[in-house]
Amino acid sequence: MPVISITNLVKKFGVIRALDGLDLHVEQGEVHGFLGPNGSGKSTTIRILLGLLRRDSGDAQVLGADPWRDAVRLHRRLAYVPGDVSLWPNLTGGQAIDLLGQLRGGLDRRRRDELLHRFDLDPTRRCRTYSKGNRQKVAIVAAFSSPVELYVLDEPTSGLDPLMEAVFQDEVRRIKEAGSTVLLSSHVLAEVEALCDRVSIIREGRTVESGTLAELRHLTRTAVTVETARPVSGLDALPGVHNLHEADGRIHLEVDPAHLDELLGQLIRFGVRALTSTPPTLEQLFLRHYGGDPAAATTGADAPAASVPAADAQALQGGAR
Amino acid sequence: MSALTGTTLLARLVLRRDQIRLAVWIVGTPLLGYALAGSVAGVYPVQEARLGYATTSASSLVARAFNGPIHGTDLGAVVVAETYVTLALIVALLSTFAVTRHTRQNEETGRAELLGASVVGRYAPLTAALLVTVAANALAAVLLAVALVGAGLPLAGSVAAAAAIGGVGVAFTAIAAVTAQLSVTSRGANSLAAAAVGLSFVLRAAGDVFGSQSADGTQVRSAWPSWISPLGWGNQVRAFDGERWWVLALPAALLLAGVALAYTLAERRDQGAGLIAPRRGPATGARQLLSPAGLAWRMQRGALLGWAVGVAVLGFSMGVAADEFNDMIDANPAAAEAINAMGGGAGLVKSYLAAMLALFALTIGAYVVQALLRVRADEADGVLEAALATAVSRTRWLGTQVLAAVLGAVALLLLAGVTTGLGYGVVTGDPLGQAVELGGAALLRLPALLVVAGVVTAIFGLLPRWSVVLSWTTLLVFLLLGQLGAVLELPQAALNVSPYTHVPAVPAVDPAALPLVVLAAVAAALLAVGVAAFRHRDVPS
Repeated sequence: MPVISITNLVKKFGVIRALDGLDLHVEQGEVHGFLGPNGSGKSTTIRILLGLLRRDSGDAQVLGADPWRDAVRLHRRLAYVPGDVSLWPNLTGGQAIDLLGQLRGGLDRRRRDELLHRFDLDPTRRCRTYSKGNRQKVAIVAAFSSPVELYVLDEPTSGLDPLMEAVFQDEVRRIKEAGSTVLLSSHVLAEVEALCDRVSIIREGRTVESGTLAELRHLTRTAVTVETARPVSGLDALPGVHNLHEADGRIHLEVDPAHLDELLGQLIRFGVRALTSTPPTLEQLFLRHYGGDPAAATTGADAPAASVPAADAQALQGGAR
Repeated sequence: MSALTGTTLLARLVLRRDQIRLAVWIVGTPLLGYALAGSVAGVYPVQEARLGYATTSASSLVARAFNGPIHGTDLGAVVVAETYVTLALIVALLSTFAVTRHTRQNEETGRAELLGASVVGRYAPLTAALLVTVAANALAAVLLAVALVGAGLPLAGSVAAAAAIGGVGVAFTAIAAVTAQLSVTSRGANSLAAAAVGLSFVLRAAGDVFGSQSADGTQVRSAWPSWISPLGWGNQVRAFDGERWWVLALPAALLLAGVALAYTLAERRDQGAGLIAPRRGPATGARQLLSPAGLAWRMQRGALLGWAVGVAVLGFSMGVAADEFNDMIDANPAAAEAINAMGGGAGLVKSYLAAMLALFALTIGAYVVQALLRVRADEADGVLEAALATAVSRTRWLGTQVLAAVLGAVALLLLAGVTTGLGYGVVTGDPLGQAVELGGAALLRLPALLVVAGVVTAIFGLLPRWSVVLSWTTLLVFLLLGQLGAVLELPQAALNVSPYTHVPAVPAVDPAALPLVVLAAVAAALLAVGVAAFRHRDVPS
């Protein structure tokens, strides 16, 4: 049974449809990346999963229960780190951690102290005096000190320094090894690449892509730059080749992974002198999904490249170097 | 002066953010003054009536303590006596909140940092806040003068009375400018300034109580404590009684001194920091903190302690003052005859005590509103979200907050009754008996406070975004109906809107169970509505 199962979820705020038929499926034991541009509905989805917001229609199940009706029972089995942590200004960090842990039903004191040490957080300071990063650490320590089945992390590392980011990744791996499931909303793509088994990308309240990173990569074109002894011809007739153009005696193009072989077969006839092939970076993958027309983005490889000019330009430059 | 760069721009920002608040303040206070002046004129239309009023006011220590010194039998003097304290307190608090809102609150939320990094001088935010607040006071004073003249009062006196009230606003603008430098939080800055308002009230009351009565018995000359209270200065202007214009220089001087001190403090401290350095605290949460109830107590206890001190001091002094009725009757056979006709001296003292307890119940209503609005504040800044993402149900969370507010109200009511009883008992020789009797009488006011708690909870459940405005407005309406309803001669149907109207005025009358039961039932229904609505709505909203 999936840990999180959302189908056709709709949430309206007045006339605005914040979620417009969203789907999300998270399996037991996986770290699931939850991605999308700002305002695409990630936090709204998470708040519905926490029973803080009421869905207008669609189906949502968390750990086999209804997140709205069974909120309290579910919250014993999950921990939440918000993206913008606000705390009781006159309590100390240590008090806030203990309070959140106790309200959730108890925390592991040994883990708590270990996490405080690892995240280098001073628990005697008042929450009002903490910086954003330190407030974030309070919420992370409070969540990770509780041994629960599901961790819901909404941009948990915003404001953390790279050292703390590494500690955070370590800790996520640790809870994954312990068999827990993680829903990780993040804009830090390196973090997503390092941690996530599967990702879902949403835009304007809808899921546009879901799968493993390898699967998503497969849907995106490879950038190729080639320099040949003789002028090349016949490339535009090949299937799967896009954005073909020539500059400084080099040919730049993009090719669908499925047609790479045919392309190479054609190129070899003109005497290849230099060839660079760049698989899509995660950034390109996301820029393709984040920018431009959502309908085009959902079609993946067949999307017109003109919809993501910035990504393409960057890719070609990278390939030429 | 580069330290002031950007002041104009920031002042316009303040105006833009507060356009509605400022409009209500600038138009509302003169309108209230106009309405009160008109009704006072209706109640005391002729010289004889005003002579009686002035004589009673000048000889009553209670009237001196609460209304200030009476200055003769002019209609204007009576209007000032009836309205000055109310209007002065309103502008003092409005000025305080306005200054804090545009100085310390901006630092607390980090907005000031964003502004401070742009082309804005160090003194600009404070200067902008002061400019707007002083201008609002000045404008409100001009309109108030117009309103008083419009109500048929002489020009010079009207201008003096309005300027006196504007002066109070200016004085507390200066005080708030300083407190905003001291505390790290806007709540703390407001509390310090509100404490200064309270202290001013007590000093003024003491000065007026210890003052002397003029030979004709219609005027009070205040003693020195009134002169060290910004609230007292307004009375010393003596509007409608040979205006002493030079007294208006006092608030102006305080403004200059306060601004100078605030600038000096601002120069010496870091952005966002106060002069009271934050202390470190425990690294772990004590067991008693780690529950919704423990947290609610922790969040309320500071405010509750402050309230308890204020209530106890006020209660004891009110109780001591009650005995003066007996002295008055002994000293003045004519008055005794009049009072006996009204139901006897003992009855009058009891009426006074009942009125004091009613006043306490209204004031403690402000505690209930303030305590319950924390839930909304927590929701607005996101703490509620973190708490509700744990295994605590919404019903338990809100129920705990309501219970904490109600228990606080019970404690304060009991304290008010007991200290009033002690004060009265000390001078009449029966402290314990009076403490028990008045303590019990005070607790009978609880159902009205439960209704207040119910209203706030219902508003929080149904219209969360409007919680703050609507809750305080409701309490203000109850206050106006209770305290000014009679002066304004409102119909009984209007007075019945306030739950306070329905509480039996014990010890002046015998207690009756029915109204209390009905009030409790209304409160229970409102609470149920509030909790149900909260359970079914989005958080945050």
